Amino acid sequence: MSSTIVALPDQSTARIPKVNFITKENGLLSWLLTGDHKRIAILYMISITFFFFIGGAMAGLIRLELLTPQSDLMAADTYNKVFTMHGVIMVFLFLVPSVPATIGNFLIPLMVGAKDLALPKINLLSWYLYVAGGILVIYTMAAGGVDTGWTFTTPLSTHYLNTNVMSTAMAIFIAGFSSIFTGLNFIVTIHKMRAPGMTWFRLPLFVWSHYAASILMILGTPVLAISIVLVALERTAGIGVFDPTKGGDPILFQHLFWFYSHPAVYIMILPGMGVISEVISTFSRKRVFGYTAVAFSSVAIAVFGFFVWEHHMFIMGVSNYSTLVFSLLTMLVAVPSAIKIFNWTFTLYQGSITFETPMLYAFGFMGLFTIGGLTGVFLGATGTDIHFTETYFIVAHFHFVMVGGMLMAFLSGIHFWWPKMTGRMYPEKISQLAALITFIGFNFTFFPQFILGMLGMPRRYAAYPPEFQVLNVFSTAGASILGVGYLLPILYLTWSLKYGEIAGNNPWQATGLEWQIQSPPLTENFPEIPIMDHEAYDYEWLERQQQKEVSSVG
Amino acid sequence: MSDSPAVAHAATHHEHPPYQRHHFETAAQQFDATNFAMWIFLLTEIMFFGGLFTAYLIFRNWYYPAFVQGSHQLNIWWGTANTGVLITSSFTMAMGVWCSETRRKNGLVLCLILTFILGLGFLGIKTIEYSEKIEKHHVPGFHYSVKSFVDPASDPEIYKEYHDKPLAPDMAQKTQIYFFLYFAMTGMHALHMIIGIAILGFMIFRARAGAYTNGHVTYVENFGLYWHFVDIIWIFLFPLLYLISRHQ
Repeated sequence: MSSTIVALPDQSTARIPKVNFITKENGLLSWLLTGDHKRIAILYMISITFFFFIGGAMAGLIRLELLTPQSDLMAADTYNKVFTMHGVIMVFLFLVPSVPATIGNFLIPLMVGAKDLALPKINLLSWYLYVAGGILVIYTMAAGGVDTGWTFTTPLSTHYLNTNVMSTAMAIFIAGFSSIFTGLNFIVTIHKMRAPGMTWFRLPLFVWSHYAASILMILGTPVLAISIVLVALERTAGIGVFDPTKGGDPILFQHLFWFYSHPAVYIMILPGMGVISEVISTFSRKRVFGYTAVAFSSVAIAVFGFFVWEHHMFIMGVSNYSTLVFSLLTMLVAVPSAIKIFNWTFTLYQGSITFETPMLYAFGFMGLFTIGGLTGVFLGATGTDIHFTETYFIVAHFHFVMVGGMLMAFLSGIHFWWPKMTGRMYPEKISQLAALITFIGFNFTFFPQFILGMLGMPRRYAAYPPEFQVLNVFSTAGASILGVGYLLPILYLTWSLKYGEIAGNNPWQATGLEWQIQSPPLTENFPEIPIMDHEAYDYEWLERQQQKEVSSVG
Repeated sequence: MSDSPAVAHAATHHEHPPYQRHHFETAAQQFDATNFAMWIFLLTEIMFFGGLFTAYLIFRNWYYPAFVQGSHQLNIWWGTANTGVLITSSFTMAMGVWCSETRRKNGLVLCLILTFILGLGFLGIKTIEYSEKIEKHHVPGFHYSVKSFVDPASDPEIYKEYHDKPLAPDMAQKTQIYFFLYFAMTGMHALHMIIGIAILGFMIFRARAGAYTNGHVTYVENFGLYWHFVDIIWIFLFPLLYLISRHQ
């Protein structure tokens, strides 16, 4: 890896700009009452990292328990609570807000050329709602946990459990509104706050994918909210809407729940796809191939995503005819996803590729997401779905998409924009190593689970037949490698806050508006509102710009 | 409004009106953005109520006879009166927005107070209706009684009007689902009314101090949208809950 595009300023003279959004004001209150989207992004980043490590610890416990066939590390009840908390925390407190609320919050105003999101107070409110939801989840754990699984399936959640369903439900209800407000803010900002000359088709693809994810957030999340309210009413008052003895229908809950929770997986993955578009373009020095197709495939995923929810319920006694329709629609979603993968691949073709850390994570994303996505087609096909439902095949499938896809994208984005957010570079060599460790650890952890699922090992049990042990040991060993892969970035990124090299405005020589201003940015982002006079990913424009600077200085 | 001297003055000096937030380029952009945000918020509200409307659609198809007799228990006159009250309140709210745009402070305060009173009136009537249901044990989950449905003659007031036939015991049980939906949908609607009335109280207070009539109409206009939205929800709830087969 001799070649690199990294262009850092002369370290002996370079300084972090004295005035920036971090140094502008001091004191805890200046952070807690801020309206600045960049500060709120940092607040979000700290809080989701905190919950990621709680959720990760739960995952560690799950894998340790599954090291042996007997349920010996913890009782079966405890195991149920641990995997439920793992799911709730990772889905609602990490994956849903991960890229949008941190990286998206930081970058969308910068990318569209605005001074802030349209509704700064709502943005802050969204963080407080997230924290309130998080505190309720912590309370739930302290009060003894909950064991419904993250799906709250009725009648289990309404009639058969005495654990803390109510506090968890309330946590998700509140955290849901945080997500609604984030989505609302993004949509309004992208529509109304674009700088002069910033047409829809000059927007970076990162913005397009966030726009699509925001549509899902604002249309899907309220439905989750109402279904959770109904579960709460069913539990407290016994109103009967999900209770067959009173004429209600437990399956109705699943329809309402999955109407949100299937689009929710696109809420989680779409922003990650936006990160990948930016990274692939920057590190192959080419405009993203088929810009328009990639942009519209995001919107297509958002639209199709709303009409596939029943594939979670193929074995729940839904009609065969609707199964056929939903199976077909599910396979259709694979088309826009594949459009993205192919277009990224074509972007790489004949590009000047370099292998900095964000790019390594992006490669990880492309490979693992493709496997995760294709196994999704197995699950969308009605025949194979019946065999695979509730087995480890499902677990492996969605971890390939969520951890292999989304988490890789998140880490890719964090490394990519770290110099912009902090003004300092992360250490390159060790972070490349971390990316490699994550990739290896991930495959060790989750690939065996596909085989386990094929063999018929069910999910959500603390014990399993002894013949499955070898593969489970592989998986647990992989999880410990993966754990190292996730701990490393925390350590060296924290280290780099003080000791990292000064990054300068544009260490990657990327084209986005966010790279043309100082790092870290000013509180008001742009001293003057920029005028966008070139297409997105126009590397020749950047070159001309740099030549102009050199000649004017000379 | 463009010929008002204050606006012309501001335009020539490129000054920002005091209510313009720092991150907007122009007051027009600010108005545009917040207005758009309100519409999007209302969209999420539609999806929120949408879950309940879906449940209603499914259960009404399954348990039609129970829905008919459940609906006969509702007082159509109170329902109609409430519809009138709410539509009138939407009118006064719309007048309020107009007063705000044309900078009529007294008119605005009057309109807001009228809207406030009409909103309270709606909730008052709703309370009367709810207490009827509580007396008859028609609140699902709280000592629910199917007596009025397995033996309609025991409920003479309703019986003399509709002459309902007794429902089979299992279908009579399904009236619980009807009443649950009645309480969930009107309750969620009433909750929105309560929030709206609270905001109205705050706005009356501010309007008397001269806010909203200085050219900054966003707040009043967006609240007006919310109020009309809550009104429209009721326009759907009224026929769906009160007017099921009144002639059967």
